[in-house]
Amino acid sequence: MTPNTRRAVGLALTSLTGLAAFIIIAMLGIILFNVVENGAGGVTWTFLSKPPEDGMMGGGIFPAIFGTAALTLLMTVAVMPVGVLTAVYLHEYAPPNSLSARFVRVAVVNLAGVPSIVFGLFGLGFFILFVGQGMDRALGHEEMYWAQPGILWASLTLAVLTLPVVIVSTEEALRAVPMDHRTASLALGATQSQTLGRVVLPGALPGILTGAVLAISRGAGEVAPILFTGAAYFLPDLPTHLNSQFMHLGYHTYVMATQSPDVEATRPLLYSTVLVLLLLTFALNLVAVIIRTRTRRKAAGSH
Amino acid sequence: MDRQAIMEQGLTQPLVAPLLSPAARRRQLREKVIAGFITLMAFTGIAALILIIIFVAKEALALFTEPEARHEASLSKMFLAQDVAPGRPPFRWQPVSKVPKVSMIPLFVGTLKTTAVSMLVAVPLGVFGALFAAEFAPRRLRELLKPVIELLAGIPSVVLGFFALMVMSTVVKEALGFDRPLNAMLAGLGLALAIVPVIFTVSEDALTSVPRSYREASLALGATPWETAWKVVLPAAAPGILAACVLGFGRAIGETMIVLMASGNADVISWSLGDSARSLSATIAAEMGEVVVGSPHYSLLFFIGVQLFIFTFVLNLIASTWTRRVVRKLTGGAS
Repeated sequence: MTPNTRRAVGLALTSLTGLAAFIIIAMLGIILFNVVENGAGGVTWTFLSKPPEDGMMGGGIFPAIFGTAALTLLMTVAVMPVGVLTAVYLHEYAPPNSLSARFVRVAVVNLAGVPSIVFGLFGLGFFILFVGQGMDRALGHEEMYWAQPGILWASLTLAVLTLPVVIVSTEEALRAVPMDHRTASLALGATQSQTLGRVVLPGALPGILTGAVLAISRGAGEVAPILFTGAAYFLPDLPTHLNSQFMHLGYHTYVMATQSPDVEATRPLLYSTVLVLLLLTFALNLVAVIIRTRTRRKAAGSH
Repeated sequence: MDRQAIMEQGLTQPLVAPLLSPAARRRQLREKVIAGFITLMAFTGIAALILIIIFVAKEALALFTEPEARHEASLSKMFLAQDVAPGRPPFRWQPVSKVPKVSMIPLFVGTLKTTAVSMLVAVPLGVFGALFAAEFAPRRLRELLKPVIELLAGIPSVVLGFFALMVMSTVVKEALGFDRPLNAMLAGLGLALAIVPVIFTVSEDALTSVPRSYREASLALGATPWETAWKVVLPAAAPGILAACVLGFGRAIGETMIVLMASGNADVISWSLGDSARSLSATIAAEMGEVVVGSPHYSLLFFIGVQLFIFTFVLNLIASTWTRRVVRKLTGGAS
């Protein structure tokens, strides 16, 4: 081949890779455009603040928004301490080349790969049937109190699912804290835990927040794990107890899309629900991306 | 005294620990307690993984221990062809009919069909897109591409399922002339949306970890940028790219909501992509809500969960081995 044909062939194939990248961007664009175009009209204050009416043909989705928020809040409270401390162990406390740290890492990687529906089965088998029944027996509840689907079990199931997200981002944040800060603190006589609490964790805070936000965004969108651990299609009342069932934006989307008796009538409401769910997860992701770019820039500047 | 004498003395006389004040000793104790607590918390991840397999397997165990379940859903009924009236399909998944039929073969075929479609679409898109981002894209474009991929990865799968169901179904049906709006092709395309970000991100990581000197050497020898990317960078990053595909494959097998909403969920065995398909994950999601706890059907659904767990576990192990290999190769065994 002459150099010219080689160059031409290369250019053609290079543009093919560019086409692939373009298709990916276009896919996102089409999805967003379609959802915004069809859903934006329906997102009004009434829609956001009222419960559903007329068998889902009217009204709003406030209980679903509230349920999603309460669910992810409980999940965050459960997952953050465990996730952050695991990352602290891996990066600050575990001896180098320690076997147990290697096991923890392998477990976290594999946990991240477990299908979400299997988490749902785990939530049912472990939290509801094992822990819940055990609690009912221990606390002397005659009828089922804890051994039934509820918001606590659903949020704990999601907490297990989002654990790897928190661990990975926290570890990245810890890595970005310069080693000098630690040695300086230790040299001044601070103990390891004082160094951790007053120097390392404050330094890593933005990255830890990123992890929290990413976990919330992931947890808010997952439907498969909560199918049998607590989500309900229609509940006019908000969840009041830890064992109450709850409405959920994602689950609401699924049921309205697949089991509506009149697809055409529910379509506008469905689109608006999807738009709210998308806005929620995107806003969270955007916050995470912004915090992370900032910390990365700062970390790059300090080396 | 010379050095030798001092050392010998040090060896014979036990070293005396410096006397610590009570406050210092308390502090030491506190440090130990904190370190112990943190270590304990770190084992939650391991515990969770073990509890998942134990409790999912425990509910499936009845299939092998209880006579009723063993009769209704034996391994041969799950995996072998059944004697049926001529003209009836030998493999059926109808666990709630009068005579329960519990063949897993239609579910395997459905899962394979949807997954194969998604891989055929997502691997070229993801790998080529990553190649573009890592090798050819101007800096500005690369900085745009990364957040786009993150946003795409952030779309909840139920929204992708919704999009496939409401928008893509009519387009796909018209374009390919299928009889049904919900079919294996549609579910596969929906799945592709979910796994493109996985394949892209992991491939791009592998490509950017190839040292600059590889590219410079290739360009200096007169190779064009494309030849450098295709014949030098890509082979160097090959294990990482394979890992990306394996991870995407695992994600596609386990993905639930998209297939549940877009595949039509019929237990037919055919290789036509226009027919509807029922996957392993979607079967659990669709049937667990109405099943009687403790019944053979209930155990069967958990047994499907065990299989999904094992498939994805093995795929993940393969992927992480390959990822480590690419790092070791490129850093010359340093890590």
